[in-house]
Amino acid sequence: MISASCAAPALRRLFWPALALVCVLLSNLLFAPGFFRIEIRDGHLYGSLIDVLNRGTPVLLAGLGMTLVIATAGVDLSVGAVAAIAGTVAALLITRTEAGLLTIVTVPLCVALLAGLCNGLLVVGAGLQPIVATLVLMVAGRGVAQLLGRGQIITFEHAGFETIGGGYLAGLPCTVSIVAAAYVLAGLLTRRTALGLFIESARDSPTASYYAGVPVGAVKLFAYAFSGFCAGLAGLIVASDIKAADANNAGLYLELDAILAVVIGGTALTGGRFSLSGTVLGALIIQTVTTTILTRGVPVEYTLVVKALAVLGVCLLQSAGLRRRLRGSAVPQ
Amino acid sequence: MRRTFSRADVPLAATALVCAAMYLACGLRYPHFFSFTVIINLLSDNAFLGLAAVGLTFVIVSGGIDLAVGAMIGFSSILLATLITQAGWPAVPAMLAVAGLGTAYGAAAGSLIHLFAMPPFLVTLAGMFLLRGAGFVINLQSMSIDHPLYYRLGAMAPAGLPIHAVVFLAAVIASAYVLRFTPFGRMVYAVGGSASAALLMGLPVGRVRIAVYAISGACSAAAGIVYTLYTFSGNANAAMGLELDAIATVVIGGTLLSGGVGSVLGTLIGVLIYGMIQTAIAFEGTLSSWWTKIAVGGLLLVFVLLQKIVQRGAGGAVPRR
Amino acid sequence: MGENALLELRGICKSFPGVCALNNVDFTLARGEIHALLGQNGAGKSTLIKVLTGVCRRDAGVILLDGQPIHPRSPRHAEELGIRTVYQEIGLVPHLSVAENLLLGHQPGNRLWINWKQTHRRAAQLLREIDLDIDVRLPLAHFPVAVQQMIAISRALYTPADGQLSRRPTRVLVLDEPTSSLAPAEVERLFAILRQLRDRGLGIIFISHFVEQVYAISDRITVLRNGQRVVTAPAASLGRVELLAHMLGHELASVQAVEPTARGASADAQAGPVLVRARGLGRRGALAPTNLEIRRGEVVGLAGLLGSGRTELARLLFGIDRADTGSLEIDGQPVRLGSPRQAIARGLGLCPEDRQAEGMIPNLSVRENVVLALQARRGWWRRLPGRRQRELAARFIDALRIANVDPDKRASELSGGNQQKILLARWLAADPRLLILDEPTRGIDVGAKAEIERLIQQLCRQGLAVLFTSCALEEVARNAHRVLVLRERRKVGELTGPQVSLSAILHLIATGVECD
Repeated sequence: MISASCAAPALRRLFWPALALVCVLLSNLLFAPGFFRIEIRDGHLYGSLIDVLNRGTPVLLAGLGMTLVIATAGVDLSVGAVAAIAGTVAALLITRTEAGLLTIVTVPLCVALLAGLCNGLLVVGAGLQPIVATLVLMVAGRGVAQLLGRGQIITFEHAGFETIGGGYLAGLPCTVSIVAAAYVLAGLLTRRTALGLFIESARDSPTASYYAGVPVGAVKLFAYAFSGFCAGLAGLIVASDIKAADANNAGLYLELDAILAVVIGGTALTGGRFSLSGTVLGALIIQTVTTTILTRGVPVEYTLVVKALAVLGVCLLQSAGLRRRLRGSAVPQ
Repeated sequence: MRRTFSRADVPLAATALVCAAMYLACGLRYPHFFSFTVIINLLSDNAFLGLAAVGLTFVIVSGGIDLAVGAMIGFSSILLATLITQAGWPAVPAMLAVAGLGTAYGAAAGSLIHLFAMPPFLVTLAGMFLLRGAGFVINLQSMSIDHPLYYRLGAMAPAGLPIHAVVFLAAVIASAYVLRFTPFGRMVYAVGGSASAALLMGLPVGRVRIAVYAISGACSAAAGIVYTLYTFSGNANAAMGLELDAIATVVIGGTLLSGGVGSVLGTLIGVLIYGMIQTAIAFEGTLSSWWTKIAVGGLLLVFVLLQKIVQRGAGGAVPRR
Repeated sequence: MGENALLELRGICKSFPGVCALNNVDFTLARGEIHALLGQNGAGKSTLIKVLTGVCRRDAGVILLDGQPIHPRSPRHAEELGIRTVYQEIGLVPHLSVAENLLLGHQPGNRLWINWKQTHRRAAQLLREIDLDIDVRLPLAHFPVAVQQMIAISRALYTPADGQLSRRPTRVLVLDEPTSSLAPAEVERLFAILRQLRDRGLGIIFISHFVEQVYAISDRITVLRNGQRVVTAPAASLGRVELLAHMLGHELASVQAVEPTARGASADAQAGPVLVRARGLGRRGALAPTNLEIRRGEVVGLAGLLGSGRTELARLLFGIDRADTGSLEIDGQPVRLGSPRQAIARGLGLCPEDRQAEGMIPNLSVRENVVLALQARRGWWRRLPGRRQRELAARFIDALRIANVDPDKRASELSGGNQQKILLARWLAADPRLLILDEPTRGIDVGAKAEIERLIQQLCRQGLAVLFTSCALEEVARNAHRVLVLRERRKVGELTGPQVSLSAILHLIATGVECD
């Protein structure tokens, strides 16, 4: 459903994801009215909706980074592994050192940023396919996380750090504020600077952009570095939430959920403009569906099947092949 | 089958060298490494990985990728276990049904990829989700298999090799034959080397593409069956992350990810290298198993970069516009 | 032609939405003939070949092969009828062996087994027929392009002897730009083989834009222009100047007359100091070492046919391709341009020839396309505010008189002429010192052309230097202070001031010799 002109482009692109979210929420309203109940306890908000926002933050964050990477015609399969590494580094800093909160938060983020940069260098510098370049980190990264954690789940207690995942700020969970900040940051970086223009230009026509002087390589590097950063942030939240660093399971399937969020949100893998807001909606849809499924008593296993069918369905709708077939093959022959 | 050595053979040669070097290094370091038992174990422990990698080789040579092979192993193993144990099916029809389902799934994936021009990694990524989920839906827990045929097969050891290693080697030989000596096999190389040229030459590119994904589906379903022979159980959780190891073994084995170049012999060597890494780590005692992941990731990186260098060097003969 | 005609196309018409590609075109090919097909971009030669080889279906007309009407449905069908094509991009698989490329799909053996020994033997035999003696087991990429091309020809000629009756032997061989990547010695070798094939009775259609080669190899020449057949004549009796006139659409008489032009007559008082100086700038396979000087406020024209090296020169100047030889100076400073960004930083701008693939960003809006180069120059941090972007877009839409355009519309929806104007606007917005325009007026209506020319003159008076290439020689003659003439990848002459005239340019292109 690509609009014919660029007028009101952002809003029009968000139409379908927004509609889908509304549908999901409405179905909850009809079948599970308790879904919308929000209570206030100890000055904090509780309820299924808040749960959705809370639990969806890792996917939301990873999705933000993934949006930019996909917008440069790439993909980042390593976000789960990077999240695991970030969580493990934070846990190690807490349990092994006397570092302050700032260090505990900054160092893992720097490591994650570096990991993203490595991915970017492999793609831009060595010219590797993005799948391969990020696959290396996906395979090796978990190993590195396990190595750092000596294969054990590191539990910790740190009041300051725990507020990241479990604390509340102005009634809402901290995680929501973090995601909001990341979303705003990403939005500023892409729309208030020329980066957004460069990314879309480079994706649409790399040659023409190159000839116009757009720094195509640097733009890709930025996208991968940002994705790494977001993955690191997600990892910190996950670790803080469960008060432990589990190198094996932290961020498992995160990359798949992130790609799904991006795709549902309207950023096509095959090209066109990207939409951070769309990804936010997509992640919310995924999380709402997951939470709905859980609260309705349907076994968790079905979520994977549902997600898979959703990805296929959305991509099919977006695919050029389908459009060609529906139009009855307008190719001259 | 004499072939003259050319630039395209460098990756395979490098792999063979690495394999030989590793074997020597391990043998020198660990006593008892140079024994037949170790080789048998190498083949046997990694039979299901190897089987999946063989099917994956077809897909990668044709220029695509299949991320669902691990999930298929889990799904087919639990499905088979359920059919035999709960539904009471006789073993052989159950195995055939599972293999058939795997092939059908592969053909469906290939059709989506070809007919709708959807990116292979996305379709197979969704397939991975789908198969894992379907496996969990069937049964979250592992289910053991208690069937006389299994015991009989388990007891068989032709030439000292357990049955699953035999199946793996048989698949290697059959695939090597198909890729080298049948027109279909050569078409796989052509489609991977240059799909546009293959079209101009009048080759049925679509059918080849769908066929390779069907083969991959069949091989990974067979790998799932072999997994049940190996563990006497089915488990939807099985082979988590195996697709990455499989891709790594295929790439390390000298198959170019961009397609058009590769061999199952190389994949076999890649599987041996993978197995040696694991064995070495186990023998080492002090190293933990996650070093396997790091080593595999590192080797993958080295080989992929090597492939890039070789490709860039060989680019001289391409006509320039 | 009558009974000796091998292939006859009569009254071929083909239209695509909005454009008539072929208008009642006739073409005949005799047995044992090499017939060259010439024409500039948009002339219709590729459409004619597509109709012949089954890639697209004709709207009207008849195709007769050996007197029998045929209707090629697809490339494979055309092959079975006996019409084989060797494409410019070779169309073979580089990693497979030579033998495989030759016989893929027709290997000796059956579905379950390939007889490799026989395959290699037959492949070697096939190649010996065209005097090629190589190890057929080596991969194709091992060999230089010239050899790959001959292998492609050999594949095109191959007809499996046994069992495949539906596949007729080759009657017509179509060669699409076969010599673009070949060195002179390799061209000679190819021609020797083509002559052999011709003597065996094959009909060969030879498409090329290298005029000298066409004269060297062809028996007859057909020229297409704007979808119509302009002339068919034996090569021996068609003069070079006459041929050129047919290709470009000038009356021979007017060409031969000497005409003074307004621009050429007025010697340039405005031209300032030298901005760009290239000495011996060249790149192997693309351009012979060339000298070039461009001054501030000067309009330099690059005249020449398609493939003469004009685009290659533009790419070298802009840093897209790296030069093998020679040096480049900008403002007296020697520079090595490794990328367009470096060229842009030094004040250069380029409107590429291929608007669609290398110029426009199709899915971005008009406004974004206009501000892109300027924004890229400013860097990622200093974004042009939305209001400024809209101002810029509006200003240039006005200045270039682009009618009825919504700046927020997708660029791909504009007409060809408007796209060119937007491209021009992009570079003007970036305020360059030297603007390189590669075929800026192709596909633009007369009114728009005049506006662009007027704008260029105005900018030059303000100090902008312009280098532009064009096939429309009278435009070059009209607008340029100086004209460099290129022919088959080398500079053959330079005309200044009063020397600049249409006939002088034509003579240089046609003969490589200056006439006075």
